[in-house]
Amino acid sequence: MSRISDPDVFIVADNIFSPLGKTTVENFEQLKNSVSGVKQHHDETLSHIPFFASLFDEDVRFLQSGDGYTKFEHLLIASIADALENADIDPKDKKTVLIISSTKGNIALLETEDNNPALQQRIAMSTSAKMIAEHFGFQNQPIIISNACISGVMAIITGMRLLTAGLYENAVIAGADVISKFIVSGFQSFQALSPAVCKPFDKSRDGLNLGEGAATVILSTQQKFGGYIKVKGGSVSNDANHISGPSRTGAELAHAVKQAMSDASLAATDIDFISAHGTATVYNDEMEANALVLSDLQSVPLNSLKGYYGHTLGAAGLIESVVSIQSLKENLVIATLGFEENGVSSMVNVCTSPLQIDGVNFIKTASGFGGCNAAVVIGK
Amino acid sequence: MATNKYISSTCTIAKNAVSKNGVTLFENPGADITAFQLSVYQHFHFNYPKFYKMDNLSKLGWLTAEILLKDDFERFNYEPEEIGVVLTNSNSSLDNDLKYLDTISDIPSPSVFVYTLPNIVIGEICIRNNFKGEHAFFIQEKFDPAFIAQQVNYLLDNDILETCICGWADVLGQDYKATLFLVEKKKNEQALLFSPGNMDSIFNTI
Repeated sequence: MSRISDPDVFIVADNIFSPLGKTTVENFEQLKNSVSGVKQHHDETLSHIPFFASLFDEDVRFLQSGDGYTKFEHLLIASIADALENADIDPKDKKTVLIISSTKGNIALLETEDNNPALQQRIAMSTSAKMIAEHFGFQNQPIIISNACISGVMAIITGMRLLTAGLYENAVIAGADVISKFIVSGFQSFQALSPAVCKPFDKSRDGLNLGEGAATVILSTQQKFGGYIKVKGGSVSNDANHISGPSRTGAELAHAVKQAMSDASLAATDIDFISAHGTATVYNDEMEANALVLSDLQSVPLNSLKGYYGHTLGAAGLIESVVSIQSLKENLVIATLGFEENGVSSMVNVCTSPLQIDGVNFIKTASGFGGCNAAVVIGK
Repeated sequence: MATNKYISSTCTIAKNAVSKNGVTLFENPGADITAFQLSVYQHFHFNYPKFYKMDNLSKLGWLTAEILLKDDFERFNYEPEEIGVVLTNSNSSLDNDLKYLDTISDIPSPSVFVYTLPNIVIGEICIRNNFKGEHAFFIQEKFDPAFIAQQVNYLLDNDILETCICGWADVLGQDYKATLFLVEKKKNEQALLFSPGNMDSIFNTI
């Protein structure tokens, strides 16, 4: 099912705002030099025991956008502001829509403030979205996606569809999550955190690292952007198996991957590299490798960026897509930090060193709690 | 291609009552949310042990979906990948987030933490029914039928899905409301046109 008559959806500008840098280019330079944001933290406000994560230093000033914003909102504003600066897109245009993705938004406020209806209203993601929309002058009601760890990929797919359906001409899509005690303790309770820098797809992988950050992509169907990299297709599926464990077979993620390629009118042989979810938990990476084999993508070079950023939750799909977009521009696939020896039963082609490519298309995958899977195809 | 879609069935659970297709099927005035949801489960003779471990949002969404689909859904007409779920609410998983926060100072509970995401209710409905198609959870200040209809119409018009369960499911403390719509491409006897206006009037009946 291809959408041949639909307009192309161009990626006009992007940003990554992470502990590794404040722009896409800054971030990509760090990745090329194998710099990781993940390190050990001893912070009693986050955890009684030391843990590895990629976190902003406390003294980072996000921007001078005035008071009244939380860290979550500052991150989104900083990321959106940088992307808009590089795009000939007017946020005040009636044809521009804002899409925000996050798993937990302002949940950290529960740890420091008294719980009452006013606080609950402040935590609501629609409150943050409204403040951000007002900051930039967006005219339409923002769309907010909170669908676990596929939120960022789902936000790109949702933006692509709103544009191909002709509802808007431009979409500003931003995702962010902030690491709080709420989140750290939860992943600790699942025994999901690695005691060191994570090792995606590796034989000795032992869990994930958490990370915080934001990213933005700006999409447009305006013809003046012809020649830019495009969002070509996407798909979402559900395992219908378990709320906190992935599918046993990977068939459902494979379905999303195949549908995304079909939506883009592409075959597996057209995919030049894969930006995997690769959380470095035993079960996720195993399932993902199975899914890639089922999708005939086992020989396609793949990376996981979790060793650089940790798992940035609702921002992950966006951060990792933006890195991969930069890979297409610079013809360089980033290596999978932490991977040494294959540790999944289906052989996949994990990049262990930076890979020069002459690539046209990549596929970005994501999976999360609730049995959700998503895949998006982006290419020249 | 855009064609008409139909609301084959609707179910609302709110204010201590359950109604389906405009008919009140069960009431339990005065019960708090915990007792009320359990009484709904028992009244309809459901037998699904996983229900007991769910948070209140998942219980609400699961019960509403069970009653929505009961007797009215010819599931064997569809492949699992052709059935989707699109849900919205305003409070995300805050009701359960507050409960999880209470466990942090003692021993953080993984079984409570897993429900600190709003889309888990979609996962529970998918597990129960073996639905494997597209799904999405959107946070919205209030029920927005035009937005939901646009999302669902896109999925059905482009043959990404053949049928979709969509609507609203929100819980915070003792306040709760869920209204779900079963949307199909074919028209059954009691079907209403799938339109924001019809969705709005059904949502606002209770």
